[in-house]
Amino acid sequence: MCQPSWGRARVEAQRLSDLARLRRVRDRIDREYGRPLDIEVLARAANLPAAPLGRQFLLAYGLAPYAYLMTRRIEHATALLRRGDLSVAEVCSAVGGPSLDTFRTCFTERVGVSPDVYRQRAIGAAADVPSVRNGEAPLTGPRLA
Amino acid sequence: MDITIHTTVLPHDDPDASLAFYRDVLGFEVRSDVGQGRMRWITVGPVGQVGTSILLAPPAADPGITEDERRTIAEMMAKGTYGWILLATHDLDGVFEKVSAGDAEIVQEPTDQPYGIRDCAFRDPAGNMVRIQEVG
Repeated sequence: MCQPSWGRARVEAQRLSDLARLRRVRDRIDREYGRPLDIEVLARAANLPAAPLGRQFLLAYGLAPYAYLMTRRIEHATALLRRGDLSVAEVCSAVGGPSLDTFRTCFTERVGVSPDVYRQRAIGAAADVPSVRNGEAPLTGPRLA
Repeated sequence: MDITIHTTVLPHDDPDASLAFYRDVLGFEVRSDVGQGRMRWITVGPVGQVGTSILLAPPAADPGITEDERRTIAEMMAKGTYGWILLATHDLDGVFEKVSAGDAEIVQEPTDQPYGIRDCAFRDPAGNMVRIQEVG
């Protein structure tokens, strides 16, 4: 006879195993954000179709895989731009792009100013430019206004 | 006051797997191992540094933790968003080579960070992030 608690335990074990699989996808984004990565590549490695991977990742981490990837890229880009010795194009390439136009658009959406303006302000007053992680910077931060 | 950080606690969900990682892959010594089954409290630490230990403990063993909280902790561990630790070494490349040969999940290869440090990162078998920094 099958006890209900066994079924629950099986479902829970499966859920934890699914989450661990998503963790490996997220770790791969963290590790390879500088390379060309897309949902198809990630899905193949995770042995899941792209759409369910996207849905499960969004539920688990609050961001779709591509949004998480771009957030990581922009986060690393702000750190590189603050150094001041790299051009915006060089930074875009170092964090995996994808194209300079797309990079500029994504950066501006998340940080509130363009990468060019961010770089100039960072060179002018390093301490006043916020670092950005997971889109936490306000769109129009008081220090950037 | 004379205070040091003595032991930090990381959760495990499979004591034997965690023990194998910290003892056989990182080379830590086992200082105590109490309990049984999944309820094991295992103290490990780097050889020659008896003042520094990691206690590998079952998560949510406290009876004051609700069933919902226990499930959330288990899920966060699986997601890789619960426990983490920062270690340091003089030989980052040597440690990285040894740990990656031990079949650990690599999160980040040795990297010069723009904020001035050089580090790498792994997952332990319970999903904890183990970040290792190079010190001079």
